[in-house]
Amino acid sequence: MRLHTGTRAATIVAATALLAAACSGGTSSSTTTDAATTAAAANEKVELTFWTWAPNMDKVVEGWNAAHPDIHVTVNKQDGGDPAVTKLLTAIKAGSGAPDIMQAEYQKIPTLVSADALADIKGDIDPGLAKQFPDGVWNAVTLGGDSVYAVPQDSGPMEFYYRTDVFDQLGLTVPTTWAEFADVAAKLHTADPTKYLGTFSAADAGWFTGLAQQAGASWWGIDGNAWSVSINDAATLKVADYWGGLVESGVIDNKPMYTPEWNAALNNGTQVGWLSAVWAPGVLAGNAADTAGKWKMAPMPQWDAAKPSTGNWGGSAVAVTSQSKHAKESAQFITWLNTDQKAVTSLVKEAGIYPANIPAQTEALASPPAFFSNQPDFYTLAGKIAQTAGSFTFGPNVNVAYSAYNDEFGKAAEAKSKAAFTAAVQSMQKITIEDLKTSGFSVK
Amino acid sequence: MTVMTAPPRPSQRATRPVRAGSRAAGRPSATSTLILLLGAAYCLLPVAWVLVASSKSASELFSTFTFAPSTHLVENVTTLSGYRGGLFWRWMANTALYAGVGGLASVLVSGMAGYGLAKFRFAGKKAIFNVLLAGVLVPGVVLAIPQYLLLAKVGLTNTYWAVLLPSIISPYGIYLARIYAAAAVPDDVVEAARTDGAREGRIFRSIAVPMMLPGLVTVFLFQFVAIWNNFMLPYIMLGDDKLFPITVGLSGLLNQGASQPAMYTSVITGALLSVIPLIALFLTLQRYWQVDLAAGAVKA
Repeated sequence: MRLHTGTRAATIVAATALLAAACSGGTSSSTTTDAATTAAAANEKVELTFWTWAPNMDKVVEGWNAAHPDIHVTVNKQDGGDPAVTKLLTAIKAGSGAPDIMQAEYQKIPTLVSADALADIKGDIDPGLAKQFPDGVWNAVTLGGDSVYAVPQDSGPMEFYYRTDVFDQLGLTVPTTWAEFADVAAKLHTADPTKYLGTFSAADAGWFTGLAQQAGASWWGIDGNAWSVSINDAATLKVADYWGGLVESGVIDNKPMYTPEWNAALNNGTQVGWLSAVWAPGVLAGNAADTAGKWKMAPMPQWDAAKPSTGNWGGSAVAVTSQSKHAKESAQFITWLNTDQKAVTSLVKEAGIYPANIPAQTEALASPPAFFSNQPDFYTLAGKIAQTAGSFTFGPNVNVAYSAYNDEFGKAAEAKSKAAFTAAVQSMQKITIEDLKTSGFSVK
Repeated sequence: MTVMTAPPRPSQRATRPVRAGSRAAGRPSATSTLILLLGAAYCLLPVAWVLVASSKSASELFSTFTFAPSTHLVENVTTLSGYRGGLFWRWMANTALYAGVGGLASVLVSGMAGYGLAKFRFAGKKAIFNVLLAGVLVPGVVLAIPQYLLLAKVGLTNTYWAVLLPSIISPYGIYLARIYAAAAVPDDVVEAARTDGAREGRIFRSIAVPMMLPGLVTVFLFQFVAIWNNFMLPYIMLGDDKLFPITVGLSGLLNQGASQPAMYTSVITGALLSVIPLIALFLTLQRYWQVDLAAGAVKA
C-alpha cells in the first residue's frame, strides 16, 4: 500500500513536470519577449550574456553592473579555448542560443569571422581605440581590413622561465641565443640525466606557433580575396629542424606539457626550464606551488642576438556576436572591460591576465606576480619583451593546422628523429592548404 | 577439512561421493577466486585511487607516492565548496534534478507506452515496436546535435528543459516496460477489471502499475544512472554554468585553457563526492534490481 501511494505520488510529480515542460515550452519565450519589451519601454534595461573562461570574470563584471544599472551583464563561464568556440559556432548555425559577448583567442577570430559569428563593431567604438593597443594585436582583431571584430583583452608574449637554484648549483648561465640554449640543455642533461631544460610538446600547437613567430614566420596571408598558406617557410623549417635535433640527441624531453607527468616534473625539479608566456606564473603557482621563489624569467633565446624578438602564445579578445540584439551596448561594455583603468586593474588582480591595453598597463602591472616576488622588475622586463613580438596572420582553418600539428609532431616526437620534424612541417602545410581548398576558400 | 581427517566409517564411505560433490560445489576453486579477486581489484583500484588522491594537497598530488594517503581531504572539500560561491553544490543539485525528475518522467512515459504496446491491439503497433527496437540501437550521443538544433528552434537551449526533455524518452525503458507488462500483467485481470466497469486509466493506475513495479524500478535505475553520467547532451545544450550537471562542471575545471592551471585536486575531490549518491541509491534499491534481473531473465 505504501509502495502504491509512493508510485502514485511519483506519477503525479512526473506528470506535473511534463505539463510544466509543455506549458513553459509554449509560453516562456512569449513572456520573456513581453518582459523585454515592457522593460525597454520603461527604463531601457538591457540584459547581456558574456561567454568567457577567464577565472573570476564575474567579479570584474560586478564593477560594470554596479555603475550601469541599465545594462546588466551576466557572465557564463566556459571551458578554456576551443570548446567555447565550437559551442558558439553550433549556436550560430542553429540560429539561436549564442551569447551577446564572447571571449575568443586571437587565432580563432578568422574562423569566427568566416562563419559570420562576429558583428563588425567599427561604428560602435571610439576610432582612437586602435592606438591603445600594440599594432600586431590590433591587426589580429581587424584581420588587416577596415572592420573591427573584437577588442583585445590579453596577450601572451613568450619568455624563458628557469630554475635559479638548479642553474646556480650546476654553474649554468642563462642562454641568450638558441645556440647557447642547446649547449646549456646538453650540459644540464649530461650533469644529471634525469633533468631536462625543457620539453618539446607535440600537444601544444599554440606553443610551437609562438616559436615559429619568433623566428619570423606568419603562416597565413590574405591577398585580395585569396588566402595563402606558408607553414613550410624557411623560418618554421629552421625551428622544426632545431628542435628535432635537440629531441634526437635526447637533451630535450619529448613528452607533452600539461600532463600529470609534466606537473610532477615541474614539482620535483626535473623540468628545469619552461619556454612559456607571460601568464606562466599562474600555471606554476597552481601546479608547483612549493617551487615558489626558485624560478626566474628571462627573454627568449634569440636567433639573431642583434634583433631580439619573441612570439605570442595565447591571448584573447572579446567580441560581439552576430546574434546579439544589443551590439551597441555590448561594444560599450567590451570597451570598458579592456580599456578602463579600474576594469583592467581588476582583470589583472582577479583573472591574472596580462592586459593588451597599453595606457592601463603601467598602473595595473605595478607589482610582480606573487609567485615571482623574487623578481621585482618582472612586468618591466615583460613589457620590454612584449614590444619585440612580430606580427602573425592567422587563417580561417587554424583548427585544422593545429590538429595536423598534434598528429604529425606527435609521431615525430615519438620517433625522436630530426628528419621527421621537418617532414611534419611539410605535412601540416599540405593538410592545411588542402582543407582550405575543400572548404571553398580561394587559395593562392 | 574435518571430514578429510576423521577416520571413515562404513556408513560414511557409502555417502562419500555425494559428499565430495557437495564439498566441491560449496567451496570455490582457487583459480576462479583468484580471477574474481583480480577482477575486483581492477574495478576497485581506480576508486581507491580517487579516495587517496582526494586527500592530497595540490603539490602532493604530483610529488608523493600514488597510493600514499594524506590529510587534506577536508581542506579539499572546503576549497571545492568555495569555488565560485559554492557552484559545485549547485551542480550536484542540478544533477539530482536532471536524474531524479528525468528518471521519474521517463518511468511514467515508459510504463504507459510499454503497457499500451503490450495490452492493446491497434493498427501500426508492430511498426511502432520495431521503430522502438531500432531506437534502442541508436546511441544517445548521436542524437545530441539534432536535439540541440530542434530545441534551438523553440529557444529552449541553455535551460533546464534542454536536458530534461530529451531524457524523458528512453526506447530501452519502453522496450523493458513492454516486455515486463506482457509477462507480469495477465490479460484475464485486465479483462475482469473492464467487466467490472473500471476505466482504462484506472486499470493502469490501480492494477497494472503495482504489478509492473519491479520492472518500473529497473527502468528508473537505468535511466537515473544514464542521466547522472550523461556528458554529451548537457555539454552541447548548456552555456550557463549555473545549469551544468556535475559531469560537465568538473570537466570544465580541467579545461581552463593553457594559461590557467587545471584544478586537479578539486576535480578529483568532486568526482569522489559525486559517486557517493549513486552508491547510496544502489544500496537502497539493489533489492529490486536483483529481483528484477532474475525475474526478467525467466519471463522474457
